[in-house]
Amino acid sequence: MKYVEEYRDGKLAREIAERIRQEAQPTREYNLMEFCGGHTHAIFRYGIPDLLPDNVNMIHGPGCPVCVLPISRLDMAIELAVSHGVILCSYGDMMRVPGSRKRNLLKARAAGADVRMVYSCMDALKLAQDNPDREVVFFAIGFETTTPPTALVIHQAKKLGLTNFTVFCNHVLTPAAISSILDSPEAGELGLLSLDGFVGPAHVSTVIGSQPYERFATDYNKSIVIAGFEPLDLLQAILMLIRQLNDGRAEVENEFSRAVSREGNERAKDIVDKTFAMRDAFEWRGLGLVPHSALKIRPEFSQFDAEIRFPVEYRSSAENSACECGAILHGVKSPRDCTLFGGACTPENPLGPCMVSSEGACAAYYSYGRHQESLINTASVE
Amino acid sequence: MTKRTEYSHQLDLQHGRVEMAHGGGGKAMAQLIDELFLQAFSNPWLEQMNDQACFNLPPGRVVMATDSHVISPLFFPGGDIGALSVHGTVNDVAMSGAVPKFLSAGFILEEGFALVDLQRIVISMAQAAEVAGVAIVTGDTKVVERGKGDGCFINTTGIGVVPEGLNLSGNRVQPGDKVLLSGTLGDHGVAIMSLREGLTFETSIESDSQALHDLVAAMVTEVPQIHCMRDPTRGGLAATLNEIAQSSGVGVSIYEANMPIKPQVSAACEFLGLDPLYVANEGKLVAFCPAVKAEQLLAVMRQHPQGTEAAIIGEVTADPLKFVQMETVFGGKRMVDWMSAEQLPRIC
Repeated sequence: MKYVEEYRDGKLAREIAERIRQEAQPTREYNLMEFCGGHTHAIFRYGIPDLLPDNVNMIHGPGCPVCVLPISRLDMAIELAVSHGVILCSYGDMMRVPGSRKRNLLKARAAGADVRMVYSCMDALKLAQDNPDREVVFFAIGFETTTPPTALVIHQAKKLGLTNFTVFCNHVLTPAAISSILDSPEAGELGLLSLDGFVGPAHVSTVIGSQPYERFATDYNKSIVIAGFEPLDLLQAILMLIRQLNDGRAEVENEFSRAVSREGNERAKDIVDKTFAMRDAFEWRGLGLVPHSALKIRPEFSQFDAEIRFPVEYRSSAENSACECGAILHGVKSPRDCTLFGGACTPENPLGPCMVSSEGACAAYYSYGRHQESLINTASVE
Repeated sequence: MTKRTEYSHQLDLQHGRVEMAHGGGGKAMAQLIDELFLQAFSNPWLEQMNDQACFNLPPGRVVMATDSHVISPLFFPGGDIGALSVHGTVNDVAMSGAVPKFLSAGFILEEGFALVDLQRIVISMAQAAEVAGVAIVTGDTKVVERGKGDGCFINTTGIGVVPEGLNLSGNRVQPGDKVLLSGTLGDHGVAIMSLREGLTFETSIESDSQALHDLVAAMVTEVPQIHCMRDPTRGGLAATLNEIAQSSGVGVSIYEANMPIKPQVSAACEFLGLDPLYVANEGKLVAFCPAVKAEQLLAVMRQHPQGTEAAIIGEVTADPLKFVQMETVFGGKRMVDWMSAEQLPRIC
């Protein structure tokens, strides 16, 4: 596959891994957080931990939009589908995410609700055009990557004069989540989280550019390398982070220069600004209430706002008390520190957010990394 | 062959539709059987028109397998539900090393289903059965009310006989065995996905739906020491390898670099967020055989038209945890777990 295989070349990967081993100083630790779930998934799918020296630690961040959507918002979506008779359109990986009382969209569909899996918000718009006598709601989730398309369909719906199409908006913002981690007591006074640098998001950064991360370098003294999702991108970014740390630099560097500029995509940012406004605060699964971390639909587009058209109440729901996802999403704990991991909580029966999506840290550990868990367990028994 | 009854009007296969009466046991059902099923499946056992088929089998162990087919859409690039319903069961029988002999066919039809489509399906089944060297010797037809089915469901059951000297089973795989795959992964699943609602992408990929009895015969004749064969259908290669690991109490190690995958399939999986290891196949088999016989078996497979892209994709290990692992193209390792529920596309 042209333009993909080049970034998965095994020989080149082993060469970069060798350079990482040579340049990583054995006297120190390198604690690096990959923010994105896409990176977490790639790290495990390609077996990257096996290639890194023991003192280079990858810490998995909260950048999985499915994982961080709170139960209460998911309950609202299920409520929309069940009680308001709408056609609820959702991206595929939201379908199995458990809400409260173990409900999810697949079960709602099995019980008679009209829930459709779409690959694009344009598919939802088309459903609205094809079903003029039905209300169609697009369940919009995601970071800055999926926000511009949602903005576009809202404009398109207005242009078409659609009266049966609304968006249930749950778009969240990457820089706010990074701030939340760096400002957390765990990273601050408690000193539980030692973070040296970040592998910055790939697709998100194509939209927002590299500029929004600069304050994490200047204000927090963290090294940042924006990286693509391919395994060679990741290895190269890890090498660049190690070099920054060895040199004592805290900068934003861009490994993903084939797609990311400092300014980002101006047209995409512009349409997002025109369509959405900042929420004062938004609940994140695992992180709690994070100020200025999510978007809502602007009043001038309120006729396309599902939260205005349909009376659905927001009820805060509690997570399982033994679940460590909060600490895992903060980078303080690893999935193997959780007593539920692999027993009560598995991909078939996920209890916490990190197990629900294949991009979640727990799901990635469980599905791809369990052979390492067994080595660790065997070693500790012996 | 002669019809049982003369009907006042011939069945309108061009414009007619399935009616409740076609499953009611009366004259309409008899006519559907006479003018469609008997015409297409014609063979001496079926033509006895008994409630059961009566036949003799050659000596050897008898194997039996059943499979229900509910695929949507009914017609897809490279096949249809009719041919698939023959291939699926023939392959399940053949994986024991057996020569498939006889099939039964049970149809559940939805009221209103176009007879022209049913005819197309039945003819396709008949052709597939002929190629596979099996006779469809008994059957059943039921009709459900409109809205209570999805056009056409087909159950087939197959019987075959295992030649002397073969003993293939999921619990016979041993550490040190090599794992061989007969061809490219994921063709069927991707061909079907390309037609699903809301997912229109153009592809030249066709389903690999085919009967593997002849490839199997060539393999077991040359290398009767094969420990086990399976066709990796639903759940893909990953599910099959995990099943075998469980049954035989072993681990399996596969190599990503050796995995035959068509570039188009790889590309489609890439943008749909799917993993080809978990995508269904309908015309591929995976074989486990002693390491000393692996190269010989590979050569036999590659000489057969259904195995030209065959590859040794891994080996069996001693592992009390019964893990399936893959060495990635990077030299790292990762688990190849069972799929949890349906494989759903990722959004980013």
